[in-house]
Amino acid sequence: MMNTTEVGAAPKAPPVKVEERLFQNRYLVDAGRPHIKIKPHAEPSKALMALTHLCPAGCYSLNDKGQVEAVVDGCVECGTCRVLTAKTGEVEWNYPRGGFGVLFKFG
Amino acid sequence: MIEEKFDAIVVGAGPSGNAAAYTMAKEGLKVLQLERGEYPGSKNVQGAILYADALEKIIPDFREDAPLERHVIEQRLWTMDDTSYVGMHYRSDDFNEERPNRYTIIRAQFDKWFSGKVREAGVVLLCETTVTELLRDTQGRVIGVRTDREGGTAFADVVILGEGVNGLVGQRSGLRPELKPETVALAVKEMHFLPREVIESRFNLKGNEGAVIEAMGTITDGMTGTGFIYTNQESISIGIGCIVSDFAESGRTPYGLLEAFKRHPSVRPLLEGSECKEYAAHLIPEGGYNAMPELFGDGWIVVGDAGQFVNAVHREGSNLAMTTGRVAGETVVWLKRRREVASKANLAEYQRRLEATFVMKDLKKYRRIPDFLHRNKQFFGVYPKLLSAAAQTWFRVDGVDKRAKEKQIFQSFREGRTLPGLIGDALKLARSWR
Repeated sequence: MMNTTEVGAAPKAPPVKVEERLFQNRYLVDAGRPHIKIKPHAEPSKALMALTHLCPAGCYSLNDKGQVEAVVDGCVECGTCRVLTAKTGEVEWNYPRGGFGVLFKFG
Repeated sequence: MIEEKFDAIVVGAGPSGNAAAYTMAKEGLKVLQLERGEYPGSKNVQGAILYADALEKIIPDFREDAPLERHVIEQRLWTMDDTSYVGMHYRSDDFNEERPNRYTIIRAQFDKWFSGKVREAGVVLLCETTVTELLRDTQGRVIGVRTDREGGTAFADVVILGEGVNGLVGQRSGLRPELKPETVALAVKEMHFLPREVIESRFNLKGNEGAVIEAMGTITDGMTGTGFIYTNQESISIGIGCIVSDFAESGRTPYGLLEAFKRHPSVRPLLEGSECKEYAAHLIPEGGYNAMPELFGDGWIVVGDAGQFVNAVHREGSNLAMTTGRVAGETVVWLKRRREVASKANLAEYQRRLEATFVMKDLKKYRRIPDFLHRNKQFFGVYPKLLSAAAQTWFRVDGVDKRAKEKQIFQSFREGRTLPGLIGDALKLARSWR
């Protein structure tokens, strides 16, 4: 029999570590000058929370105080976090200084 | 930064910025181009497919030395469920022609080559230079840019913004609104290396022939999005992208989604034994015509992704970028020849010229599609599953008679989507496609 009842329920992939992927990439890190900063907050908005899974470089994580933190050394400069939090203004996003940041060999 | 005044400043050295800069310099204009990356291409990400027509109109003999990977002779469209795909493949020896129509490329290499042509044409290119804002005169006319270099201002009659999807300069100068999570897709991509003979045997290719796969279905886990697999000479580009707001709601990670796509039983054998050498992510503006910002103003023009020039249905972007860049460049040259200023009224010529090209015609034709696909997720989940189940019922020989099988298939569609749902979807699709 055809199975049409489970529509919408796809199996989840096993947890994947993004670090293993980023390690292939080349970066020129602008030490001490992160190009993305999170504004101080007591409780993250839904959008900011979403970045803990949505950021393709896994830059965002939740600390033990329930706040979202960012370590942007592995950032691939896609801009997703800026777009998603544009309304709440919780993320201050700039391009890295000229020459710094990710360097795609293939793109 | 640079004392002399330029005829034009181009922000960005991607396909749109390069097309604009090249077109103007070829006609003798003094052009300054600013790129934030270490080299052109170092910040750029694409699948990537190059459409020859758009580049031929700029550099007719590009095939002589451009770094092209494979010319595409086979296009596969896959509708996938968790264990299967239903495919529509088109392969033709006609694509083995003297001047092939589409090529796979590797953007960092291609952009470097294009930039070489741009500099040969006489453009002054400054890399590692991020433009931070537009400079205006007292009337609000754009007269130049400020950069992050020491004393970093530069002046020109017109500024062409080819700054890409994350066009911060234009956004922060109020030329266009911020992108919306509902109309922009996040795509992640990996570069998998394999010996060329292995790629050729797995994809049934010889020489520089190439095959490309575009896929949709349960691979995006109910989100609006697609996956792709492109063959390069010694590598396979594989990626998947979904609308940002869908990702935000789903709780899925982009790399988890890509991993699941790679593990699909139809995909895994294609990548077997490969070595991944890069992981990239990029936004794709998918809002189409209705999300298009103002394209020109006093002293400025926007080209490429910054202007939302992407045809999401046909996966076309770089050709729209090159065409808008070329047309912007031609408009500036035309004004210069007529000794006219780059005022908003005069630059309206840019849009008039674009309206006559496939760029505006296609984006207008598909203006309802982005919203349609975003609101009708059954096309990414329910239908691919129904289609696959129907194909399996049809092809499996199990003693059930054919009339009963037909009935079973019809019944599954009615149960999966209801009759009014099916009719409604057909009508909505037809109306959006028109």
